[in-house]
This record gives sequence, C-alpha cells and structure tokens, in this order.
Amino acid sequence: MPDVGRYEVLVEVRLRPGIADPQGATVERALPALGFDAVHRVRVGKAIRFEVDAADERAARSVTADLAGRLLSNPVIEDTEVLVCRPVDGATVASGAVAGAHDVHTEAGSGGRP
Amino acid sequence: MTATVGVVVFPGTNCDHDTLVALERAGARAEPLWHGTPSVGHVDAVLLPGGFAHGDYLRPGAIARFSPVMAAVADFAAAGGPVVGICNGFQVLTEAGLLPGALQKNRSLRFVCQPADVRVASDRSVLTAGVEVGRVLRIPVAHFVGNYICDERTLAELHAEGRVVLRYAENPNGSIDDIAGICNAAGNVVGLMPHPERASDPLLGSTDGLVLLRALVDAVGGAAGVPSGPFDVVNDRARTA
Repeated sequence: MPDVGRYEVLVEVRLRPGIADPQGATVERALPALGFDAVHRVRVGKAIRFEVDAADERAARSVTADLAGRLLSNPVIEDTEVLVCRPVDGATVASGAVAGAHDVHTEAGSGGRP
Repeated sequence: MTATVGVVVFPGTNCDHDTLVALERAGARAEPLWHGTPSVGHVDAVLLPGGFAHGDYLRPGAIARFSPVMAAVADFAAAGGPVVGICNGFQVLTEAGLLPGALQKNRSLRFVCQPADVRVASDRSVLTAGVEVGRVLRIPVAHFVGNYICDERTLAELHAEGRVVLRYAENPNGSIDDIAGICNAAGNVVGLMPHPERASDPLLGSTDGLVLLRALVDAVGGAAGVPSGPFDVVNDRARTA
C-alpha cells in the first residue's frame, strides 16, 4: 500500500486578459481618493483553497488542474493558476479515495466543456 | 397531440411555477423535472427556468451543469430535442457547453430588473419559428449576470448563421452586439436573458412572452385542445382576458 499524503492547494481564478472587469475598474477608480495613487491595473478574481489526498505532489496538481478547468473556472472567460500545492504538515491518510494511483481524475478536458 | 414541456427545477430555481403556468397558457402541458433525476422522461421539450440554481455559487450555472438531469438534457438536445434556457437557464446552457460564449456580470455592476424591448433577429430557433423577424417584444429582464460575451469568431458565426435570436433595443447590461438570446447551429437549443413567463398576462403589463412560448409549443407538437393539469383556472382566465 503506497504512502499517500494530503496536499494543501490554493487556486487563483482570474478573468482572461482582454475580458472587461468592471469590479477591478471600480476598485481602481476608488483608490486615488484613499491616497493610493501608485496602484494600477486592478483585477478582481477568486482564490479557492482546498485539500487533496494524493500519492504525490504531481498527482495532487493533476487533480487540481482537472478541477480548475472543469468546475472552478469557465475557460471561456477565465484562467486559473495553482498558487500553492504543498503537503499538509504531518498529515497522512489511509488509502482509498486517493488521487493519482490510477489517474482516474486526471482526464483533464475530456469531460469538460468543448 | 399536445406538447409536453418539462421545466427543470434545481435547488434555488425560483421561476419554475411562473414558467409552468405560462407554458400551460401557451397551450402546452407542463410538468416539473427534478434536477436530481437523471432523465427528462417523455417530454417533447425541456425548459431551464430562471432563478439561482445551487445558489449561483462559484458562477451562475457552474454547479447546475453537473446536476444529474443535465446529462439527459444534453442527450435530448443532441437528438434534436428543443431545449430553452431562460436567464439562469441560459447561464446553465453556456456553462454546460450547449451554447457558445459566456455570461458575465452586467457592465454597470447593478442588478437590472425592468421591461426590455427585444427585437426578433432570427426565426431559425424553436423559440422564434414563425415569428416575424424585426418584431419588437416587450419582455422583462431581471439579472446581475446577463452580459453576453464570446470571441470574435463565434460572434461572426452567430451572425452569419442567423443564430442571434433576440437583440435589445436598448442594451441593459453591456452584452456584445446587444445580444439578448442565441441558439445553437441546429436551432433547437436556445438561451435568452429576458423572461417570457413574466410577460404572459395583461396584468403583468405585457403578453409578448406568450409569442415565444407559443412558437415553442407549436414547434413541438401544437397546443392543447382542452386545458389540462392544475392550472386550468389560470388558463381559462387567460383565454377570456
């Protein structure tokens, strides 16, 4: 039975370049009144944090990429980036619902939207 | 043969009852379809109504597209079955990849809830078949995420193939090319932000929504000869109004 670990993941979801971001524009317009004259190009997105049980970091990233493309973002208007993927300190889990061993969760794109 | 239209109910859907009533008024039999049932049963058409499916968490439609019923809806659409998404239903259809593009927050960052004049731009869809192109219909919009966007190639295709179904006379949300509704290449899958069910009774200020719903009913089998179901009283009132 292989050792498995639990990985802490942080994904950023952001609007693709060129997609209008009225939230970012509104925040940016408010900044000079607060004295933040040097802040530019504000874009508002989402940060999503979760944990994954996986055989190794590569497997955890694979699951994360699949999840990010199929659910966490709409690829028509959004990009994603995995900002953090690291072992949770001291955490080990029993085998079972563990990603990576058979790559069952790694068919990125096959089940996603066209 | 009376057309039967199934109205999908997700947790958080809130226009399902209005839509059932409006469809009965348009001459259909209408019945709810629970999102957790992986089938559309025996219906002749599927309607995804407005609301906030799964709370609109993450993005409108993002979680709803994984509801068990949606695989059946996709199969039904692939077989040519009519599928119409209104407002949140339109968002679900784009998330599911059954319609191209995406819906974004309104440019104003405000929820818009107002009557809108929309022009029929194509009669190639099941929702506008037989409706005169150019006709202006007054149908309410009510949304925060109704700003349609797609890439330039998709936009060119939509125009070239007559797949822009409805356009706003005055753009309420920043939608590209004033698009209020589109359809797929075959014309059997349609999404629109305006709410036809909210323009289905003189008391509501307009009955123009019935023009679209009747076109759908006619396209899939025709209207009922006699009222049926639990909405008979409403139907009768509509007929005498």
